[in-house]
Amino acid sequence: METFIFLIFAALAVASSLVVVMHRSPVYATMSLVVTLFSVAVLFVLLGAPFLGTLQILIYAGAIVVLFLFVIMLLNLQKEGEAAGRRRGQLWVALPGALIFIGMVGLVFWRAGAPDLQPLTEDLVSLKGLATALFTDYLLPFEIVGLLLLVAVIGATVAARKAPDAADDSGVLPREDFVTEETARKEARP
Amino acid sequence: MLELLWLIPILPLAGAAVNGLLGRRFPKALVTAVGVGAPLLSLLVALGCLWEFAKGSFPGDAYNLVLYAWTAGDLSIPVAFLLDHLSAVMLFIVTFVGFLIHVYSAGYMAHEERYSRYFAYLNLFMSAMLLLVLGNNYLVMFVGWEGVGLCSYLLIGFYYDQRFPPYAGKKAFIVNRIGDFAFLVGMFALFANFGTLNYADLFSRISEQPGLVTGPTVMGLPLASFVALCFFVGAMGKSAQIPLYVWLPDAMAGPTPVSALIHAATMVTAGVYMVVRSNVIYQLAPGVSQFVAVIGAATAIFAATIAIAQTDIKKVLAYSTVSQLGYMFLAAGLGAYSAALFHVLTHAFFKALLFLASGSVIHAMGGEQDMTKMGGLKKKLPSTFWTYLIGTIAIAGIPPLAGFFSKDEILHAAAGNGQWVLWAVGLITAGLTAFYMFRSVFLSFFGSFRGTHEQEHHLHESPPSMTIPLWILAAGSVVAGWIGLPKVIAETNQFHRWLEPVLFHPAGREAIEHEMGTGMEWALILIAVAVAVAGILLARSMYGGDSGLANGRTWAERFPVLHRVLVNKYYVDEIYDALIVKPLAGLSRFFWKGVDTFIIDGTIHAGAYATELTGEFGRLSTTGNVRTYALYFFLGVILLGCWIAFG
Amino acid sequence: MSSVPISWYLMLAALLFAIGTVGALTRRNGISIFLSIELMLNAANLTLVAFSRQMGDRTGQLIVFFVMAVAAAEAAVGLALFIAVFRARRTIDINRLNLMRG
Repeated sequence: METFIFLIFAALAVASSLVVVMHRSPVYATMSLVVTLFSVAVLFVLLGAPFLGTLQILIYAGAIVVLFLFVIMLLNLQKEGEAAGRRRGQLWVALPGALIFIGMVGLVFWRAGAPDLQPLTEDLVSLKGLATALFTDYLLPFEIVGLLLLVAVIGATVAARKAPDAADDSGVLPREDFVTEETARKEARP
Repeated sequence: MLELLWLIPILPLAGAAVNGLLGRRFPKALVTAVGVGAPLLSLLVALGCLWEFAKGSFPGDAYNLVLYAWTAGDLSIPVAFLLDHLSAVMLFIVTFVGFLIHVYSAGYMAHEERYSRYFAYLNLFMSAMLLLVLGNNYLVMFVGWEGVGLCSYLLIGFYYDQRFPPYAGKKAFIVNRIGDFAFLVGMFALFANFGTLNYADLFSRISEQPGLVTGPTVMGLPLASFVALCFFVGAMGKSAQIPLYVWLPDAMAGPTPVSALIHAATMVTAGVYMVVRSNVIYQLAPGVSQFVAVIGAATAIFAATIAIAQTDIKKVLAYSTVSQLGYMFLAAGLGAYSAALFHVLTHAFFKALLFLASGSVIHAMGGEQDMTKMGGLKKKLPSTFWTYLIGTIAIAGIPPLAGFFSKDEILHAAAGNGQWVLWAVGLITAGLTAFYMFRSVFLSFFGSFRGTHEQEHHLHESPPSMTIPLWILAAGSVVAGWIGLPKVIAETNQFHRWLEPVLFHPAGREAIEHEMGTGMEWALILIAVAVAVAGILLARSMYGGDSGLANGRTWAERFPVLHRVLVNKYYVDEIYDALIVKPLAGLSRFFWKGVDTFIIDGTIHAGAYATELTGEFGRLSTTGNVRTYALYFFLGVILLGCWIAFG
Repeated sequence: MSSVPISWYLMLAALLFAIGTVGALTRRNGISIFLSIELMLNAANLTLVAFSRQMGDRTGQLIVFFVMAVAAAEAAVGLALFIAVFRARRTIDINRLNLMRG
């Protein structure tokens, strides 16, 4: 049973990740990422970390991806044109990827041997255990991460702010005449 | 007063410092006051010291004043001064004639813009020369020796905005350097064997044990001969003997008072002083002494032959100086050291006089030095004429003026030693000397004026600041000889007696003086005078009166080749240029372009270029393309992973 | 109790990571690159959880917790930067964002 679930969601994850990486439209890619995240969340649950799986959906799929979509909409990004040399460069793209994969897998087996023991305790799974550890042994990193989030918020706010010199608008939305591959090509041709 | 001996070289040094550093901001009167005042003070202190010295109010023969002992390991050289009979004579000459020339300079250089610089250099020269003559060891002498060489360079090249003077200055310095090198080697040899360079120590040890210098050999020569030869080469450079005389005629590019002081009265006589000081060594090196005499005689006659064909009045005097220096070395080589020094004394007076008077002529002619453009100046420049004439008579060796007595001493020494060839050479040279000097008199002062109209209008006698020194020197030229009367007239030669204490007679060697019959002596004197008079008469017939240049020209036409050779000074400079200068320049150029620029600089450039190339390569990685950076990032991660996994 | 060997999880994570890397290195759109990076982070998370399960240690899960927080912060700031860059250069085509060239 478990194997079955694993295989389905593993395949789903791989497929959707390929879409993320290869699809021309950023929106589609983002949607596909959601699917991937969801699959990974299921796998987390399978591995005895239900809380993390929940978190994955809440934070990643719920917040981060939304942020991505928001920015995509804001910048009104169009479909990416043909990646330069996409057709002929595909081999060059696939090859390093395959090598990485093989390398990592090989690493797994060569160093760790075939890990076959899988002891599973309920203590591992429980949320209580996680929370306890978080607030006792790992309190400092916890607080620091909180600080980090604060800093990130401030930084993001400042970075995205428009310099107050333009007379036209409040400075949040960019103008309409932005440049993408297509408009650039149109510009190049007189 | 004697304890103030050290002030004598220091006062002009202070004057040089003041005028050199601040003189440009001073009014001319102040510069003059410092520039002439310092040598004046030196002269007064010197006279005081000489007076005390003559009275003999100190132990021993000489007065030693040690200022400071400079030590470096084993080597200990005291900075000390020695006032003895020899240095007293030189001290008098340098301070007295030097002071007069400073006074003259105030008048001659009055219109010069770089007035303060001139006096600074001249004072510096005085300081160095006084150091040279007052030192009590060879090292202090050498310091002064180098110092006067430096000042000579500075003063010859005084008009540095023209092309020739700096070249002449360089030539003087470089040719002198050759001699200086030999001087140093000689000093090294002495020091290596004796551990001291102090005159008193050295000479007393050598004269008691001549074997100390005749025994050990250096490069195949006995030590005495080696050192004597090295020192003489040094003297060749400084005192312009063959083959290192070539700088002196070109040194006439400097201001005329400089020629008078440095290249007539003082610096060039430093070589003679050095030889006379080292007489003990020369007496123990008879071969070298003979060589010295031969070179001296050869130089004397060689330079005289060139002088008879020169048209520039300063060049005539320059070659005359070379010739007279030859006489001094002839005497020294024969062992007649007092005769040599006597000639230094008389020559200082009349040669300085001649140069200063010629300076007066040049000043009156507005800078013209070519005698063919002069003439008839007798009436317009009376003081100049009469003093010049006195100097000429003196140098021609006509009694009772000074030149006669000193020259007679030298010829007497030659004859007395049986060196008739050298005597004959000296005699002929005397005739030539009389001839070319009177030639210059007739060409410049007699006949009709051959210059331009503006020059004629400009003719005027010089101011008293210039004429008074002339008359003083003229007086000296007359009387200076009377302290060295020959045996036939006076019982003893005063000058010779004075110098006795510094002349060593090393054990085993006899005094060189040979006895000569009275009749023989008178005969020699009369022959010499006759030859001189003959020279004068010949000059008069050729150049005297209104014939002026005409006769001279026809003689030149009769012997065109000879004339050309003489006018071009036997092409010696050209020969040196081709044989020595050009190959050296070529070698230098090779080292410069080939070795220094190409190899050494090239290596550095190559290194820099390699760095540049590396940078260019490194630059290629900064594409600005984020993707490329991501790739690098990724590669780094892989490497890190490998390291963690396998390392 | 599980019959899926851990190594399968690890291989899956490796695969996801490889895909994400290729995407990060290849894409021209800045947002797409970010997405690929998120993919890589997820793969890492998966690995961590897998090992945590295998070793019976909770530490791995804790790390994942922190990673998620940091990833969120990073995404926020990164996207804000993108906005700023876009405003300046009117493009997030990274081929054209080469001011640091040379």
